[in-house]
Amino acid sequence: MTAKPLINLHAVSKSYEKAGHVITIFDQLDLSIARGDFVAIMGPSGSGKTTLLNLLGGVDRPDRGAITIDETRIDQLGESALSRWRGAHIGFIFQFYNLMPMLNAARNVELPLLLTHLKGRARRDHVMTALKIVGLEDRAKHSPREMSGGQQQRVAIARAIVSDPAFLLCDEPTGDLDRETADEILSMLQMLNRDFGKTIIMVTHDPEAARYARRILHLDKGRFIEAEAMVAS
Amino acid sequence: MTVALASLSLIWANLSRSRLRFALTAFAIFIAFFLFGILQSFERGLNAGADLAAADRLIISNRINFTQPLPIAYVNRIAAIEGVRQVSHQSWMGSYYQEPRNFIFGFAIDPQSYLQIYADDIALPPEQAAAFIQNRRGALVGEDVAKQYGWQIGDLIPISSNIWQRADGSNVWDLVIEGIYRAGRANIAANTLYLHYDYLNEARTTARDFTGTISFTTLDPAQNDAIAQAIDSRFQNSAYATETRTEEAFNRSFVEQLGNIGLIVLSVSGAAMFTILIITGNTMALSIRERTGEIGVMKVLGFDARMVFALILAESLALALIGGLLGVAAAQMMARFISTVPGFPFPLGFTSGIWLSSFGLMLALGLITGLLPAFAAYRLKPTAAFARA
Repeated sequence: MTAKPLINLHAVSKSYEKAGHVITIFDQLDLSIARGDFVAIMGPSGSGKTTLLNLLGGVDRPDRGAITIDETRIDQLGESALSRWRGAHIGFIFQFYNLMPMLNAARNVELPLLLTHLKGRARRDHVMTALKIVGLEDRAKHSPREMSGGQQQRVAIARAIVSDPAFLLCDEPTGDLDRETADEILSMLQMLNRDFGKTIIMVTHDPEAARYARRILHLDKGRFIEAEAMVAS
Repeated sequence: MTVALASLSLIWANLSRSRLRFALTAFAIFIAFFLFGILQSFERGLNAGADLAAADRLIISNRINFTQPLPIAYVNRIAAIEGVRQVSHQSWMGSYYQEPRNFIFGFAIDPQSYLQIYADDIALPPEQAAAFIQNRRGALVGEDVAKQYGWQIGDLIPISSNIWQRADGSNVWDLVIEGIYRAGRANIAANTLYLHYDYLNEARTTARDFTGTISFTTLDPAQNDAIAQAIDSRFQNSAYATETRTEEAFNRSFVEQLGNIGLIVLSVSGAAMFTILIITGNTMALSIRERTGEIGVMKVLGFDARMVFALILAESLALALIGGLLGVAAAQMMARFISTVPGFPFPLGFTSGIWLSSFGLMLALGLITGLLPAFAAYRLKPTAAFARA
């Protein structure tokens, strides 16, 4: 990858205090991810995968260091600006889907668009486009409880892409799914990366899932211990 | 604006996510505001008599109590006092129609003087007034009570009294309706029956030549206090000492016989509001606690802390307003209905002031019960939300 990186972490440190002890998660961590890349981050529990994802998503802040995403130093943004930035630039996909149970599929997908100034009709058009991409346009009126886990994750993917963010952050997106459904979801992520140019960073425990990525980064005790380049299938 | 409008549907979706809980909480708020509205209108209705009292009318009652009589001879003696313009009197009839449960406000009066003094309150065509004055067995009834019993002018009606008895042992006075009056002013009920004092007095076996209270007007309202003092001084050493007050003061003392209505209303309303505050506050806190994970997701998706704060506060306000507005509206309908119930002594005064104070209470309820959960959601970090969810 020779292009200017979309994501750049420079000398990022992060620690937590727990029961009077300081636990260091990252110390001077560096990372670059190019635009259009699909990176799987693997590692044992407690290695800092989710913390890294939170830092990249602007959900958590580093103690030191710089996080630059698409030329924006997100570690320097105020809370409100960071929220707006998240809404506009990142799509989140969670292990347990995290859909709003009281909203149907279309209204779950519409949620990020409530932060924009799009009118109702334009919002509906965007929602239907996103649902069509994930193959759920006929389930728009269904509530999450009327859907299988795989369908709910597809709705979550539609929600993540509806505002056309630059990149997607996926936290164990197939951790709650059977193999067959997991493959469907991973193929969909691969399609979003390949056909729509979305940069994807996926945290996973599952080596099978990681194989769908272009690159796999192994994280252990706050350090990348090896990198593995994959051939996109 | 677009964001705010779009958020309305989100607020409603959150409110109605647990329909049973929403319905029960809204119903509890409904009941509290219904009670508040009814009690307020009851108090205002009770006090309306005092508030609407004529400034230049004074009432003389027995100093012991207004239920004790005064000699009818006082009427002429009071008329002779300097500064007194017109004098009349009224005696409580304790009347009912056919059965005691058909209670009617009834007074035996001196028709001519009474219709002069109360001309502002009793709207009556002159020919009906003349007919009532001329017929010793005539009756004048308010349109509400006439409507209740289907009475027409010329009808002969037997009116019983639970106080007065005739010499023949009967307690029934046969009356001919000579006039049907309307309320001369707003918020005054046309629900009273008037008959001739002379007709009552000549037939009753007790308290003959006594009356209940004496009303009078003065030539100069500025002299009211002096005239009242002069009257009370004149009779202070008699067997029937008087107490002279403005009509407003008399009406207020009448209301006070029932107790401190204001305190009762305040206590009951306060208890209802306090209870509802606890219930709604608990419901909101529980609801937000259950949604910790969702709030975290919203923040991750880009909803900033102020927006989350506003959404939860708006939810709490919406809950208070939905239950409260329905409760006050129902109270207003109930007040209207009660005011039309035959025999109810006064119209319940459902004023715009009740709406305003209720609205203020709804806002206060929404803010108080929503502030803490909204602030907790405001401070919630998405990472902490996921850890707790």
